[in-house]
Amino acid sequence: MGGARDEIKTMIEEIGTTEQGDLVINVGPQHPSTHGVLHLVITLNGETIKKVEPHLGYIHRSIEKMCESLSYRQFIYVTSRMDYLSSHINNHGCALCVEKGLQIEVPPRAKVTRVLMDELTRLASHQLWWGAMAMDVGALTPFFHAFREREAINDIMEETCGARLTMNYMVPGGVMADIHPDFQKRVKEFLRFFRTKIDEYDELVTGNIIFKSRMKGVGYISPEDAISYGCTGPTARGSGVSCDIRKLYPYEVYGEVQFEEIKETGGDCFARYLVRMREMRQSVSIIEQLIDNIPEGEFQAKTKAVLKLPKGEFYSRVETARGEFGVYIISEGGTTPYRIKFRSPGFSNLSALDHMARGHKIGDLVAIMGTLDLVIPDIDR
Amino acid sequence: MNKEELKIRLAELCPSAVLEEGGEWTTAVIDPAGWDGFAQQLRSAEGLEFDYLFCVTAVDWKTHFMMVYHLTSTVHRHTLVIKAKLDHECPVIRSVADIWRTAEFHEREAFDLMGVEFTGHPDLRRLFMTDDWRGWPLRKDYDDPVNMIKL
Amino acid sequence: MKAVTMLSIENITQSIDAWLNRSFSPTVVVLVESLIIGLCAIALFAVLGLVLVLMERKVSAYMQIRLGPNRVGPGGSLQTVADTLKLAMKEGLTPDGADKFLFNLAPYIVIVVAMLILAPMAFARGTQIWDLNIGVLYISAVSSLSVIGILMAGWASNNKYSLLGAMRSGAQIVSYELSAGISVISIVVLTGSLRISDIIASQQDGWWLFKGHIPAVISFVIFIIAVTAETNRAPFDLAEAESELTAGFHTEYSGMKFALFFLAEYVNIFIVCGIAATLFLGGWMPLHIGHWAGFNRVMDYIPSSLWFMGKTFFLIFVIMWFRWTFPRLRIDQLLNLEWKYLLPISLLNLLFMTLIAIEGWYF
Repeated sequence: MGGARDEIKTMIEEIGTTEQGDLVINVGPQHPSTHGVLHLVITLNGETIKKVEPHLGYIHRSIEKMCESLSYRQFIYVTSRMDYLSSHINNHGCALCVEKGLQIEVPPRAKVTRVLMDELTRLASHQLWWGAMAMDVGALTPFFHAFREREAINDIMEETCGARLTMNYMVPGGVMADIHPDFQKRVKEFLRFFRTKIDEYDELVTGNIIFKSRMKGVGYISPEDAISYGCTGPTARGSGVSCDIRKLYPYEVYGEVQFEEIKETGGDCFARYLVRMREMRQSVSIIEQLIDNIPEGEFQAKTKAVLKLPKGEFYSRVETARGEFGVYIISEGGTTPYRIKFRSPGFSNLSALDHMARGHKIGDLVAIMGTLDLVIPDIDR
Repeated sequence: MNKEELKIRLAELCPSAVLEEGGEWTTAVIDPAGWDGFAQQLRSAEGLEFDYLFCVTAVDWKTHFMMVYHLTSTVHRHTLVIKAKLDHECPVIRSVADIWRTAEFHEREAFDLMGVEFTGHPDLRRLFMTDDWRGWPLRKDYDDPVNMIKL
Repeated sequence: MKAVTMLSIENITQSIDAWLNRSFSPTVVVLVESLIIGLCAIALFAVLGLVLVLMERKVSAYMQIRLGPNRVGPGGSLQTVADTLKLAMKEGLTPDGADKFLFNLAPYIVIVVAMLILAPMAFARGTQIWDLNIGVLYISAVSSLSVIGILMAGWASNNKYSLLGAMRSGAQIVSYELSAGISVISIVVLTGSLRISDIIASQQDGWWLFKGHIPAVISFVIFIIAVTAETNRAPFDLAEAESELTAGFHTEYSGMKFALFFLAEYVNIFIVCGIAATLFLGGWMPLHIGHWAGFNRVMDYIPSSLWFMGKTFFLIFVIMWFRWTFPRLRIDQLLNLEWKYLLPISLLNLLFMTLIAIEGWYF
């Protein structure tokens, strides 16, 4: 395009001062605080933020283009690399979409296994979020506690799936292998240990007056703005928007399990924080309800070796730890999709960052980014 | 509203819309020229109130482009899919970033990867690719001998 | 009631002094003694740096369910030696646009200030370099000078982040000096003297923390909070907030100059805890309870240097404990805390303390 050269020039000159004498600084892409390679260009007036502009693309791997040459069995696993903290849940979304297209019925054992894995992943993701968030705000100790919990979950995953971060476990029709014989015992052991820990975390961090004063009143977003910016997950639920996919459009066995949708009305960082802490308790409750009632049977439905989706469009959505993850497949009847679009939760949550951060200080920006729980590979795809 | 009522209401608001069958949700293909007023209506009309735009996709069909907007209402809990058929040589459509703020980023992505131009967008620049990138990577006819590996 | 053993520091210093006076003329004696004291001070710094850095790493490790350094030397005790060696051999980089003179001068100012404050401190019975009649005032005045070093470092680095960090740090230190100073004054009111040896002597029948009951406890708490802020320690470590501004005012420093800043921070902590121990916990004075002669004589058997070090290190542990438990305060919350809460409370406390001192309502 013609104007591209001029655009670069303006961008480079921008890092300096604007006409009003505001300071323009770069935060990232390498920075101890941003979770991944996020480059923010912040316009400051003294210590007050006037504008936050995210510059993306540092980890853009053109996943959507790649998927156009991968088969329907293969493309599921690239999504593990997108939001690597919710890898099971991302894979689950893709598998659901393919099953929708092929009208495959998933056996009950596989459904329950998938939900158990999803909830364990959600716990692990929220643990990392909690540790990293506390570390950003200045309390360095919770990080170690959080990772100790994560280790326990990763060990459980490793026994069954064989991997600790990108668990390629979901297949269209069910799960790749049956759960390990020790799975139930290990999960129950973990839950017994973990239930006491959540109370300890509440005492250590949530009840801390310094922590509360860093988070309350910071980064407010109203429910209307949250919907307009397309925020989902705890980001929107912290403002009172009801958007839990597990409740609105139940999939697998979520319709039969008792759990609450956690909403807060504060709209600020503390409300989002509380939503995630309470979500952890709900996940524990879901796992407890299911762990003793895993039905017997097949762990994978019989499907053809090479899958061909009929001509048409299919959309399926799941609730990851960050919000709604949507998979939109447009198929022309071949063995590879014609176009895939991944609706990632972080992308829309990030667009609300500018709105939330205006008028606050840099220290608050860190707190806000922490509560948005951004995983940049998810945004860049 | 269920699918039938939505279809009737759509026909009232935008007579030139062509309804597509067979999808999970009500799907309509519209002429991009009428998108401006139609989008406003979808957002604010009584009984529709589609306030949540959750997916904006640009599809390259080789002879034309298709912009796909997935809308849902948090008030009435119904979902709608609007498609707009764009010319392949010169894909232009009006931006909806002022109606649904989430479109700001989504349209920048569509511009960056597909080359669809959105009139009225507050800040239409490349999002993922570097600013001096030539070409539209996600298009079917995009060829990059250096970076692309064909299997 | 003095238990003076053969090896007490008082004995050693007196015998050295006597020997020197016999052998040389008075001027030479003064010079030699200054030299000895200078060497001791540097040695003390070195040892303190070693011990405190290791202590911090071990304390933080155990609080974070891990082990900390445990390979270099028995139980990791030589870790700091290895670190200092590393820092000494690093390339000392000076950024391009930096003001060379100020850039090089800043760390030395901070270290010199730390050394100057050592002078009136009493480490044990009879072990005080300079017992001047305005001891406490001298300490407060000289400790304010470290701000100059910090601002110099931030400005001379020619780096936006360093400047921001230095400004924040400067504002913080200057504000919290007020509360710290007023807490010190409240003890001076009780003692009636600024001289350190007088303050310690007045705690012969009990430490001021117990004798001064409520206002002394309030003073103590405010003093501890204020000195945590003055030494830029968490939860007031905004100036070096790792996750926000990389390393604040000493971002651009590397090699030996960085080692000096690093060392100065830990020595400052030791010094302010030493002052707190002197004012509130009796310095080298053992725990005496009123006139319980028997108990007091037992307490006297523990050497005074051990008392001083014990109290100081206990307070250092408490300050380290703070760092690994609490999140960080934002700059405006920090200054809010000082100007809206700590300062009014400490002023009122001072009035209260004066009333108590006049009426004699203390033990």
